[in-house]
Amino acid sequence: MRDNYWIFGLVVALIMAAVISLYASPDPDGLERVAEDKGFLEHGEGHEVMESPMPDYIIPGIENEVLSASLAGVTGTLMLFGAGILLGKAFRGGTNNAT
Amino acid sequence: MHIPDGFLSTEVWLIMWALAVAVLGYAIWKTNERLGEKHVPMLGVLAAFIFAAQMLNTPVAGGTSGHMLGGVLAAVILGPFSASIIMATVFIVQGVFFQDGGITTLGANIFNMGLIGTVGGYYIYYTIKNIVKGDSGRFPAIAVAAWLAVVLASAATSIEIAASGIIPIGVVLPAMVSIHMIIGLIEAAVSVVVVAFILKTRPDLLELQKI
Repeated sequence: MRDNYWIFGLVVALIMAAVISLYASPDPDGLERVAEDKGFLEHGEGHEVMESPMPDYIIPGIENEVLSASLAGVTGTLMLFGAGILLGKAFRGGTNNAT
Repeated sequence: MHIPDGFLSTEVWLIMWALAVAVLGYAIWKTNERLGEKHVPMLGVLAAFIFAAQMLNTPVAGGTSGHMLGGVLAAVILGPFSASIIMATVFIVQGVFFQDGGITTLGANIFNMGLIGTVGGYYIYYTIKNIVKGDSGRFPAIAVAAWLAVVLASAATSIEIAASGIIPIGVVLPAMVSIHMIIGLIEAAVSVVVVAFILKTRPDLLELQKI
């Protein structure tokens, strides 16, 4: 982690998740559109196995919608950054084959 | 293209879970104790970037939006096996924490939007890159692989939904594939731009051993 390009990469990802995502298209994606047009969208309703803490990328309980969406994006981005680093360390080779 | 719980029958989602677990098990076996110190920050950055990029839905056509998947991009930089682990992690976090994609359908989502790109897409990229000699082959190879990965993912999704008895394959497949032929262009463009940017600023980062 001495090579600190990762800071740049992480900042770019955070800006995307916290700011640019606010301007993302709210339109249904390809699968949702087809499900709607072809009449099978209702198959996906009410079958949720679990309730996610931040459904649809918002944090419930935060009144300000912009803040709620931004914070959800930041949370997820940091979670994945952390998970990626932990996985990288877990799968790192010993001193013999570290390159 | 995240499949929610309810779209797939038990048989189909069990098969897709088994397929995803089998490929991921192999990927973990191939990755374990092989990553170098330099891979570690790249795994973190790519996982974060792909999660963030998947939030950015772009309008494509007629009230439909699409976002990039990132599997080919991750595999081109990291290699197919470590990229598979990263993509699976993205879909697990999205399904568990953000209700984006179901839990029963998580195996299918990992397979369709992740592994088809990281393994199949990487193979397509690698093949084209070796046919077109020299550095000029890199970008067309990325573009074609990224586009195909999205189109193949939409075909796989359609087949799984049809096999679940939700809708006839003749109805869902053409609709899904045609819209994702457009959405795939986003995938191709972003993947090329990101690799071009890294090539311009930090070409050494593209020289990581592909695992």
